Amino acid sequence: MARTIKGTKLIIRIVTYAGLAIGLGYACFPVLWMFCCSIKSNTEIFALPPKLLPKAFTLNAYHSIFADPTKIRFFLNSYLVATVVTLLTLFVAILSGYSFSRHSFRLKKPLNLFIISTQTVPPITLLIPYFGLVVMFKLYNTYFALILTYMVFTLPYAILMMTGYFNTLPKELDEAVEVDGGSNFFALRRVLVPISVPGIVATGVYTFLLAWNEFIFALTLTKTTEMRTVPIGIQQLMGQHAYEWNEMMAMSILGSLPILLLYLIAQRYFLAGMTAGSVKA
Amino acid sequence: MAFSKKERSLHPLISYRTRRAIAPYLYQAPTIILLTVLMLYPIIVVVRYSLMDNVIMNKHPAFVGFQNYVAVLSDATFRASVGNTLYFTVMSVIFHLIVGLAFAMLLNAKVVKPLVRSVLRVLYIMPWVFTATIIAIIWRLLLNPSGVVNYMLQSMGIIGENIEWFSSSAAAIHALTFVNIWAGYPFYMVSLLAGLQGIPSDLYEAAVIDGASEFQKFRHITIPQLSPIIISIAMLDFIWTMQVFSLVWMTTGGGPIHATEVLGTYTYKLAFSTYQFSMASASAVIILVLSMSVAFFYVRHQKARD
Repeated sequence: MARTIKGTKLIIRIVTYAGLAIGLGYACFPVLWMFCCSIKSNTEIFALPPKLLPKAFTLNAYHSIFADPTKIRFFLNSYLVATVVTLLTLFVAILSGYSFSRHSFRLKKPLNLFIISTQTVPPITLLIPYFGLVVMFKLYNTYFALILTYMVFTLPYAILMMTGYFNTLPKELDEAVEVDGGSNFFALRRVLVPISVPGIVATGVYTFLLAWNEFIFALTLTKTTEMRTVPIGIQQLMGQHAYEWNEMMAMSILGSLPILLLYLIAQRYFLAGMTAGSVKA
Repeated sequence: MAFSKKERSLHPLISYRTRRAIAPYLYQAPTIILLTVLMLYPIIVVVRYSLMDNVIMNKHPAFVGFQNYVAVLSDATFRASVGNTLYFTVMSVIFHLIVGLAFAMLLNAKVVKPLVRSVLRVLYIMPWVFTATIIAIIWRLLLNPSGVVNYMLQSMGIIGENIEWFSSSAAAIHALTFVNIWAGYPFYMVSLLAGLQGIPSDLYEAAVIDGASEFQKFRHITIPQLSPIIISIAMLDFIWTMQVFSLVWMTTGGGPIHATEVLGTYTYKLAFSTYQFSMASASAVIILVLSMSVAFFYVRHQKARD
């Protein structure tokens, strides 16, 4: 009897680790392949039989990206737009999240419900009126158009995340400030914001990710090459140099580097963002 | 801070109680203004567009009633897109759940050491951090007719000759769905792992005492305990997947010959390839209505969980 239990345990262990190994291949092989192709020469990419590691290691693909001001511009645009969107979103979301967490007011429930349901509105539905309005207000092909429209999908997330974070902080903290004669806003700025840094970082990281990865608004609301962001730049590269796979892979690696780094450094914060939408608000 | 100043200057005029009553709205004002400008107003605009003849292109559009809706609904390509979207969405949701749950349970298994668990969790979430453009480019390389996937399948004897995954009308929709499953399962995995860790262990201990098998434990404890999370992420995923655009646009572009046309690409092409903005608006409103009808159940479910 004891032996069979031991045997079953061993089988469970083997099955579990085999499953984990298969999972690792499924999740990571494509990413690994992308990376390895970025350090190969273009002729080696479709060589038969395919090999993961290059015969001749080369950074040519990266060199040609850094030597091309058009491609550098894609990165600058993405950094600029994503950073501004993150700062503005945080500012608005902290005010709103604080109020959701600390105040009670008549429109609280409907407003909260509205914010949850905005997550489900299709971007394509908004895109057509955005295009019409952006052209009408002469904002077509500007950073302003991207920054403003990105906030429609970053803001609901950020508000839900900040509200959740403020809810974890004891109410006594800000009540103490108010008893001492401080205003509501003073309590938020001097007491809550400083101790909410982890929550603010989590929200900021997630907002940056959403803004950095955005595709359809950037595709439609900008036109000239010098206004394009990284995802659109990669798409253009795919159209123009469809056969320079090593360069496309290098561009993809560089394009996901900020997000990958943020993810590896602050993965705990990413998880907070991933689950913010689906957990009860 | 515009409104903190305002608050202070109102001080002598307005009583403490009134200030308490309006304070929440001052804090919510930026949110309310932004969401009105970026959400409510555009929805009104797109509904209005959908009832006019060609807006944006035409300086003086006329009201045409439901003509655009009739045109869209009777378009064979639109119906094909509905079918493709439905297949893509349903398959994605089912396999996201299966793969996500399998990974979550593997990671949560007692035999796995904590360090291995945390390292693998980081790696398993990897597909999710990439943007659709990059996912598309990775898989265009892997699924290239002379690419590594075809090579592996051939050397294992599963396929006879190279398959044109994204450019054959028979394979494209399945290839696309497969890629989307890869890109989306981490969202389930993370939520379900959190859910699994929240199941009280005495439930399992009691089941062991009662002599329950592993499958019985899974069927009668794990699934019922996770079901509120499963329902809510599956509904959210259904809504989001139904709205797919970028991935399809970057891999097949809806082709070959509409074989992978989904509602997102169909609508986008109407607007920005053929400039039929009114018809595109009608189609966009239809997608909105479909999304909102699922969202209705989603929000109700979320409220019930509170």
